[in-house]
Amino acid sequence: MHSKQSKWLWAAAIFVYGFLYVPLIIVVAYSFNDSKLNAEWVGFTFKWYGLLLHNEQMLVAARNSLIIAVVTSCCATVLGTLAGLAMHKYKLRILPILVLTPIAIPEILMGVALLIFFVMLNMTLGLVSVTLAHIAFCIGFVAIVVRSRLQGMDEALVEAARDLGASPIQAFRLVTMPLIMPGIIAGALMAFTLSIDDFVITFFTAGAGASTLPLQIYSMIRIAVTPEVNAISTLLMLLTLTLILIASKVAPSALRAK
Amino acid sequence: MAKNKSLGRWLISGPPLLYLLIFFAIPTLIMAFAAFRFPGDYGGLLPFIDINPESGKNELLIHAGNWQEFLTFENFSRFFEDTIYVELFIKSFWYAGITTLVCLCMSYPLAWLIARSPKKYRDLLILLVILPFWSNFLIRVYAWMIILGPQGYFAMTINQGLALVGIAPIQLMYSHFAVIVVLVYVHLPFMVLPLYANLEKHDVALLDAAQDLGASGWRRFWKITWPLSLPGVWAGSALVFIPALGMFAVPDLLGGTDGMMIGNLIKQQFLDSRDWPFGSVLSIMLTLAVLMMAGLGMMIGRGRQRNAL
Amino acid sequence: MALLEIRDVVKQFGDFTAVNHVSLSVEAGEFFTLLGPSGCGKTTLLRMLAGFEQPDSGEIILDGVNVAGVPPEKRPVHTVFQNYALFPHMTVAQNIAFPLKMANVPSEELKQRVAEVLEDVQLTPFAQRFPHEMSGGQRQRVAIARALVNRPRLLLLDEPLSALDAKLREEMQIELINLQKEVGITFVYVTHDQGEALALSHRIAVMNKGQVAQLDVPEVIYSHPKSRFVADFIGQCNLLDGTIVGIGHDRMQVEIAGVGIAETLLLPDAKVGQKGTLTLRPEKIKLAASLPLDVADEVHFKGKVHDCLYLGDVTMYVIELENGILVETMLPNSAPGRAKFFDDNDLVELAWRYDAGHFILS
Repeated sequence: MHSKQSKWLWAAAIFVYGFLYVPLIIVVAYSFNDSKLNAEWVGFTFKWYGLLLHNEQMLVAARNSLIIAVVTSCCATVLGTLAGLAMHKYKLRILPILVLTPIAIPEILMGVALLIFFVMLNMTLGLVSVTLAHIAFCIGFVAIVVRSRLQGMDEALVEAARDLGASPIQAFRLVTMPLIMPGIIAGALMAFTLSIDDFVITFFTAGAGASTLPLQIYSMIRIAVTPEVNAISTLLMLLTLTLILIASKVAPSALRAK
Repeated sequence: MAKNKSLGRWLISGPPLLYLLIFFAIPTLIMAFAAFRFPGDYGGLLPFIDINPESGKNELLIHAGNWQEFLTFENFSRFFEDTIYVELFIKSFWYAGITTLVCLCMSYPLAWLIARSPKKYRDLLILLVILPFWSNFLIRVYAWMIILGPQGYFAMTINQGLALVGIAPIQLMYSHFAVIVVLVYVHLPFMVLPLYANLEKHDVALLDAAQDLGASGWRRFWKITWPLSLPGVWAGSALVFIPALGMFAVPDLLGGTDGMMIGNLIKQQFLDSRDWPFGSVLSIMLTLAVLMMAGLGMMIGRGRQRNAL
Repeated sequence: MALLEIRDVVKQFGDFTAVNHVSLSVEAGEFFTLLGPSGCGKTTLLRMLAGFEQPDSGEIILDGVNVAGVPPEKRPVHTVFQNYALFPHMTVAQNIAFPLKMANVPSEELKQRVAEVLEDVQLTPFAQRFPHEMSGGQRQRVAIARALVNRPRLLLLDEPLSALDAKLREEMQIELINLQKEVGITFVYVTHDQGEALALSHRIAVMNKGQVAQLDVPEVIYSHPKSRFVADFIGQCNLLDGTIVGIGHDRMQVEIAGVGIAETLLLPDAKVGQKGTLTLRPEKIKLAASLPLDVADEVHFKGKVHDCLYLGDVTMYVIELENGILVETMLPNSAPGRAKFFDDNDLVELAWRYDAGHFILS
């Protein structure tokens, strides 16, 4: 490669990385700015984080988000793991279609379809409807991670277990399960982050009953840009970053699935 | 034993299958069906089962004689009668198309560079591309609201620059520009990843061979690297184009009155004007558009791949 | 009665017949090898013995019991897999203890037997290591120890040495022979490597296209191949096409087109005019600048050197006979000094005893 070309490439790459990171750094920086406006830098402060702790709506939203994410992550992990196993083991055509389309289509379509569905069932929109919707779109992500883990596993290991005297259930419990465990954990963490971050589907299925953090942020930034949003954003980023670090320790390959 | 096997099969695939049938397939079908119904008096859908005013009991109101009062093609004709809906679709395609193109131009050099860098740095460089993507979607949109907002340093600098050459200040927020920048921002990793996955597999020896045979740098790129990377280009384009097409939050927050997309109209029909049947028509159209684009991408991708070989 | 009897077993995958009416029996204590090229059905046969596949028809009788439909975990058969299939999340000791645990062996006895087997394969110091921390040869020994610890009636080995390099493979071959002698368990060994099969086995079944092409002790397989396929697959072999022209009381004359008449061992049902192939191992051919013509029982031909390949211990000479047929011969480089006796295009003479070769009717 000519060095001139290489220089241009590096310049382009640095530009793109800058494009990716500068906006987020700005969000974090302004969360410590002692001014009501996200404009001039006035001075360093923690007061926006303090305000956050006294913002009743925000705390309720955070609690809701957490409840939804925990329940979603548990249910989606079980169902997604089963789906991953089934897709790997059986040549059932319909399952991959059902598992993968929710991921492939624009989120808004699933959002409105579930809205009609829940209203037709006379369900009160709220925590339950949001959680049911979140589980539906998280199953696919868990299934993909689990399936890729299964595909990376040597088939002969299960055969070896059977050959050495293990029943199919023992072989699953003693060999398959421990080997796909990192994938399952990564899938669970992924479902958790997806759920806590989801805006579009939540927007349609939450109704007036339950506000979540993204919904709260949305209604705040629609009205005005305030440093409190910067503070909650920074905290959310920190949370996701922590989860990713855990996931990368457990299953490095899982990071690439999303 | 065969019985046991099929039992295990259903125990494993049954629960996720059932869940997705109930909470994905059936709702989708109901939505498709809703496109042929009338809106209810207070929003939603005109019910099939309701209290019969004569008997005072819940009854199925629809029957062979009066089905035309309940089912209709009107919602579809409404879509095609007024050009604003088709125009809105075209505009959304245009937004998504430009977004895809900009993503491609920004991602290609980066993906190429990462694919050609030493193995031990590649994972880190790719992780750096994905990392911002894991922060909340709204936070990423919000970040640009700060940057493009009239009091932001970026907007002020630009307007000061324009003032120097005597041009009146422009508004960056609530414009096409804002919508496209943010659409690019939130979809960029979708383009980088498949491109990188493709370019990483290229055999460097091919380029050496081409150089050996006397091809110049640009020729080498257009004759070898580009055609071989087309599957990655198509995959990335589909991954950017499809979600960008259905986006509603970005135009909602940054687009102003002029920046509406299909997603905003759908949202309006469901949540504001409560005209579910027409909202369903729009959703069906969006689904068809997505399927068409996905199919087209796959077809071109395959055809090109064959030509490239 | 034989320990294992395979009776007329057939296995099809779709249109492809992997195993086609195979019958054979294996005696207790035997080292039995299934040898053949890839796709010959040897692995499918092994998988049917282990219980991973079920035969479409025919019977597999182990210890007098038909094992059709018996799942793998219920068979007294253990397998050493090609890539060892050691459980990566278990230590060496845990891997070896696995079959004992499955058989509910009490923990005291379990510990003792694991220790014994580790001793046998000289891996006692590695008990607490994980498979990925061990070398290929060590992993191989763990796999064998794991398969042997519960004393199966039959040990199946699926190309167990193919992942090792040449030097290590030779060492492991010797270890395998000794181990089999020591434990006295019946081995059924699958390989595509004819050298390995000849070195290790008591008996070999050469397989081709789902059928047993020849089943015999290694010496007979090597020196008296029953078909062109076996002759060609096992070692280096010259194949000369010819026709029977005369029959004596213990030998017959075969005309090799354009070259001349060669005497060979009489086949019991041979008739004049039958066509076939004369198989001849390169090391059984004498080669010199000139050879005495009238030695009794010897066949004699002339030719010229077409190619030579120096192989270190021997040099392979490819000799072109008068009709253009190429014959491979070998000379040991045992003499000091010159390693190469001939150059290309040197005129040479060849000779072999009438019973050195073997005629196969086609």
